[in-house]
Amino acid sequence: MGEYLIIGNGTAAVGCIEGIRSTDRESGITVISAEEHHVYSRPLISYYLEGKTDLERMLYRPKDFYGKNGVKLIYGRAEKLDPKKRTVTLADKQKKTFDKLCICTGSSPFVPKFEGLETVKKHFTFMTLDDSLALEKALTKDSRVLIVGAGLIGLKCAEGIMGRVGSVTVCDLADRVLSSILDSECAAVMQEHLEKQGMKFMLGDTAVKFKGNKAFMKSGAEVGFDILVLAVGVRAETGLAAQAGCEVNRGIIINDTMQTTVNDIYAAGDCSEGYDSSTGTNRVLAILPNAYMQGRCAGINMAGGESSLNDLIPMNSIGFFGLHCATAGAYPADADIFEEKSGNGIRRLYVKDDCLAGFIIIGDVNRAGVYTSLVREKTRLDERALEMLKASPSLAIFSPEIRRRKLGGAV
Amino acid sequence: MKRVYVNEDWCLGCHLCEYNCAYANSGLDDMVKALKGKPVFANVHIEEADGITYAVSCRHCKDPLCVRSCIAGAISIEDGAVKIDREKCVGCLTCVLVCPYGAVAAGANGAAQKCELCLANSCGSPACVKGCPNNAIVYEER
Repeated sequence: MGEYLIIGNGTAAVGCIEGIRSTDRESGITVISAEEHHVYSRPLISYYLEGKTDLERMLYRPKDFYGKNGVKLIYGRAEKLDPKKRTVTLADKQKKTFDKLCICTGSSPFVPKFEGLETVKKHFTFMTLDDSLALEKALTKDSRVLIVGAGLIGLKCAEGIMGRVGSVTVCDLADRVLSSILDSECAAVMQEHLEKQGMKFMLGDTAVKFKGNKAFMKSGAEVGFDILVLAVGVRAETGLAAQAGCEVNRGIIINDTMQTTVNDIYAAGDCSEGYDSSTGTNRVLAILPNAYMQGRCAGINMAGGESSLNDLIPMNSIGFFGLHCATAGAYPADADIFEEKSGNGIRRLYVKDDCLAGFIIIGDVNRAGVYTSLVREKTRLDERALEMLKASPSLAIFSPEIRRRKLGGAV
Repeated sequence: MKRVYVNEDWCLGCHLCEYNCAYANSGLDDMVKALKGKPVFANVHIEEADGITYAVSCRHCKDPLCVRSCIAGAISIEDGAVKIDREKCVGCLTCVLVCPYGAVAAGANGAAQKCELCLANSCGSPACVKGCPNNAIVYEER
């Protein structure tokens, strides 16, 4: 099928390589990696700081991955993309040609223009392995850490360093923690748990100005710190695609085969904007499982196979200090909500039009995947199924016929 | 490939499969020492619906969502069997969130665990099937 080129060396790129190789064992694949690392698991950078993994175990695929898959890995930054000549030019002027290209450039931290940020000696973002290693070097057991952003990145960072520093304060303009995945009720449960571990919060408030080791907050408060972590948000890396004339919104627009609006150019993962079947809208679904699945789908299609994805949904499994949280789907304002509290946990189910639109479980998340499959497959729930759904996630929600098929045949 | 299949008409709901599983995977050679007074982390569990019971364990899917979704690259397929590298696993439980069968669970030390068909432990083939008194679970090609 000619030469394959992949820009990016993360999860979507691995999916793409494995997708191509499931269809085409022969043609050459070149990967351009801006980070000078063998592919590693990005979400593990906080676990690294926490001591739950190490550089060896963080590798997302074994050391012989590229060799076994006939992949040529180049370290460098892609700077120009010419779709007519089918070339990509790297920062060192090296030129690579392609027959099929997949853009897997991911996202990068969004850092707003803070007044006085340049006066802060130790400020970091928290996205890459190098970010994590740099932050680690700055940590001391007495450090006062201020994290701007109480989302997934900010809070995982907070958990990762909690045991290695003096104090951690997290501020966020949102009025609750993890506002992208938790509703108010569940966020309150998680916040209480995090506070019990010693984390301090300033919610509905954020830093607007810095001077040396001091942050000036929107509320007028002043916060002293030794280390500043900026985890305000991320932005899809869409520059190259835009340059090539691909349609770009918040991410690179792709169809259900991961093709961009320019022929023979595909995109996958956090840089792309695909279809969210839980809301029926296009959006950036920046989570690792979707990056892999999109990458693989792109790879299969690039190699001339047939694959499409139209059932991707937002979902997150994330734990803090032993308390787990599983979420998936959407939380429509007009849904019927079933809530159950138990111990230090909570379970909230959003039911709309006889389907499970979304759910949040904090605490015992075992078997949550049964709920996720109901959201993903938009399974219609009759009265009996709804009762079983409320009781707990289990295959008892399904009719006996469907259950027998699930447990009695190869799937 | 041989997998574990369920004949729910024959399941008595005795839960023996759960105990046999936990024992087989305990690494101990005394069932009492392995299980008495300890929380049981079995890779098979009994569910009940409308008075019918049945055993649920990993289906070893041909195209498993857990393998594609694992954030640590810790789940892989070996000769058709889906396996978790528990050294690599950081216990994020994304596999639990995506398994449509509810067949992956948090284990004793936080890492995820699931049925690996007893291929790596001393049992050699699924202990749940060997110990089922009524052939409600079988290990065969289908």
